[in-house]
Amino acid sequence: MNLALSDEQVFLREAARGALSRFKTLEAAREALDGDENAMPDLWPVAKDAGWPGLLIDEDHGGAGLDAFDAMLVMGECGRVIAGIGLLGHLPASAILNASPAGAPLLEALASGDRRAAYLPVCPPDDIAEGWSADPEHGSTRPGAPAARSDGEGKARVSGTLAFVPDAPGADVLVGVAILEGKPVGVAIESDAEGVAVEALTRYDSTRSLGHVSLSDAPASVLDAPVEDLEGAWHLAQSLIAAESLGSVETALEVSVAYAKERHTFGRAIGSYQAVKHSLTEVLRQLENGRSLLYYAGWARNGAPQEFPLAASAARSVGGRALDHAARTMISVHGGIGATWEHDAPLYFRRAQLSRRLLGGTGRASDRVAGELILQADAA
Amino acid sequence: MDLDDTPDQAAYRAQARAWLEEHKAEAPVLQGVGALEDEAEILAARRAWQGKLAEAGLAGVTWPKEYGGQGLGPIEQVMANQEIARAKVPGILDAIGVGMLGPTIIAHGSEDQKTRYLGAMLHGDEVWCQLFSEPAAGSDLAAVQTRARLQEDGSWRLSGQKVWTTNAQFASYGLLLARTDADVPKHKGLTMFVVPIDAEGVTVRGLRQISGEAEFNEVFFDDLSVDAGAVVGGVGNGWGTALTTLMFERVTIGLGGEGMGYNSTRFAAAIAGDEHARRDPEVRHKLGEIASELLAVRFTGYRTLTALQKGQIPGPEAGLAKVTIVSGAINAGDLIADVLGPDTLLEDSEWSYMISFLPGLKSAGGTEEILRNTIGERVLGLPPEPRLDKGIPFSELRSKEGAAV
Repeated sequence: MNLALSDEQVFLREAARGALSRFKTLEAAREALDGDENAMPDLWPVAKDAGWPGLLIDEDHGGAGLDAFDAMLVMGECGRVIAGIGLLGHLPASAILNASPAGAPLLEALASGDRRAAYLPVCPPDDIAEGWSADPEHGSTRPGAPAARSDGEGKARVSGTLAFVPDAPGADVLVGVAILEGKPVGVAIESDAEGVAVEALTRYDSTRSLGHVSLSDAPASVLDAPVEDLEGAWHLAQSLIAAESLGSVETALEVSVAYAKERHTFGRAIGSYQAVKHSLTEVLRQLENGRSLLYYAGWARNGAPQEFPLAASAARSVGGRALDHAARTMISVHGGIGATWEHDAPLYFRRAQLSRRLLGGTGRASDRVAGELILQADAA
Repeated sequence: MDLDDTPDQAAYRAQARAWLEEHKAEAPVLQGVGALEDEAEILAARRAWQGKLAEAGLAGVTWPKEYGGQGLGPIEQVMANQEIARAKVPGILDAIGVGMLGPTIIAHGSEDQKTRYLGAMLHGDEVWCQLFSEPAAGSDLAAVQTRARLQEDGSWRLSGQKVWTTNAQFASYGLLLARTDADVPKHKGLTMFVVPIDAEGVTVRGLRQISGEAEFNEVFFDDLSVDAGAVVGGVGNGWGTALTTLMFERVTIGLGGEGMGYNSTRFAAAIAGDEHARRDPEVRHKLGEIASELLAVRFTGYRTLTALQKGQIPGPEAGLAKVTIVSGAINAGDLIADVLGPDTLLEDSEWSYMISFLPGLKSAGGTEEILRNTIGERVLGLPPEPRLDKGIPFSELRSKEGAAV
């Protein structure tokens, strides 16, 4: 039994914190909200220097050959300072390619960070839904996965739309799942190919780069990754955004606690009031639950792959809700100032509101937790 | 990062499993076909079974060898408990004694006390109870009013009332926190005693709960006489001794939640059995949220074990796990009752007892509010609420209570 961080993992986390601390990410986020299009620092060179693009790529192909939990640690540090860095899109894409012999030629440039990938999120079937589905641009009707038609050996043409794809703008290669002859296959699509359109956008949170991706008979390489890894990319993305959210919870809690100690009313620090103290311990409770589930997801991906969908979905469910609660508590504890433009709390609030609606949303993750447990109960 | 046993642990587990395999037929049957019904018979059978578990090294695993334990770590005790659960046999009868009170005596007791009491406790020959809470002292435990008065011959006389006392109805002894000096501030005038329960001057009265069952008791002390050797940890040191017990209590509760059957697998199975509910988005959403938190507690337990294994004190996640377990189980019971309807509340339904038990469990082992205070102060470093009882002799507190507000 060992659920403690290794020395290497502690070092990875500390190095990430140090590297990201050199940037004023929060100030940049506010300036970007104010309309300064050049405010956001390009953090990809930081990721490159640190070797993060290759975290999940085998050493044979120039990567670090590390595991999902290591990637979660880095995502947590990004979340602490709400850094927009491109890893949420890149890492699940790299995991699909790494699981596919046909993806090997792409890996080296992606591991070094010379090229950047974005994951086209397509949600795998569950105990009720038989098909794969993508996030819709509006409302709640989910379109199916992109459709592929064969275009010669190892090649296909892919058509479909994917809305709110994290880190799609500027990505060199788009990697996801399409349905070819009734079966899900991995596909890799060069973003400058004909038939590929990426509409860059932000929503509410200036730190999050998103894109609507439209594919119209776009040429793709078919990836021979096992279906478990195609599904696994979705669950990996769930655990990464969970880790990122929990990193943001850490900061929100630290800032709120510090303020609760220094702000006095009626002659005493507000943190001494049970009403304030208990709401902050509630943030801590949700944070600790989320952390435990990151361990579960990190362990399950290799240690019990059949539980990875459950573990990652549970982490997402708790992590997404924890950030929403932490951001709201941060605002409340600070009183009126917490709801103003000059405070950082609204930046965490904005991050929370968008994050929990991306990649199928926190609610969809909760639903999958139920579905996975119902399937387990049926099998027992 | 792994959940695997080390070679030594694997050997211990294999040994435990082999013993249970060989002896499980000797375990009392408490449920289902052939279950014992007579309460006295059940009690006798469970005592005997505890003795066998102790002989086999599956109880008191963390106790030193000289007192009948195995001298191993908490992780081996958890492994023993896992194997006992796996074999589908009952665990020990006196979990409070062996898990909390025995370790307190090991830490603070005299050699005489250790020799006299520990062996009989571990083997189930003498069951123990914890006599801490009173009607007016729960969260504020140091406010206990049970008085112990020193006699000229060096003995003590005890009078007062304890409450929420599990197992007192068949206990031989209790560990009792009493006030020995009311003229000093309240944490200072306390002393811990070993007291006999089946003695003159002690009255045990069952306290029925929401379910109608009486699992714990009120215990009245009317001039009970004990000798000087009954003091545990020194006169006036009762608070420090009590804190040791409470620390073991938190560890016991933190690691024991899943064992109480409050887990996502069991709750999900109840929903899975209903054709409509298992497809109902609202039910699934609630189940998913509840189950996620309970799954988290399972891994929080593993984190706690990792810390204990490294000789560290478990972090805040261990204390908060109790809040999550109780609130998760309450919400799950509510959801299951919504889905399955009023029959869920039938006395012999699988869920009725749990639904009745949980509102009280919220306050057991420290109320949720006091737990959040402690964690807010010790872990987050938030300032304590101003208190009106600091430095004031206990005997003067009552008169100041009204005036301060």
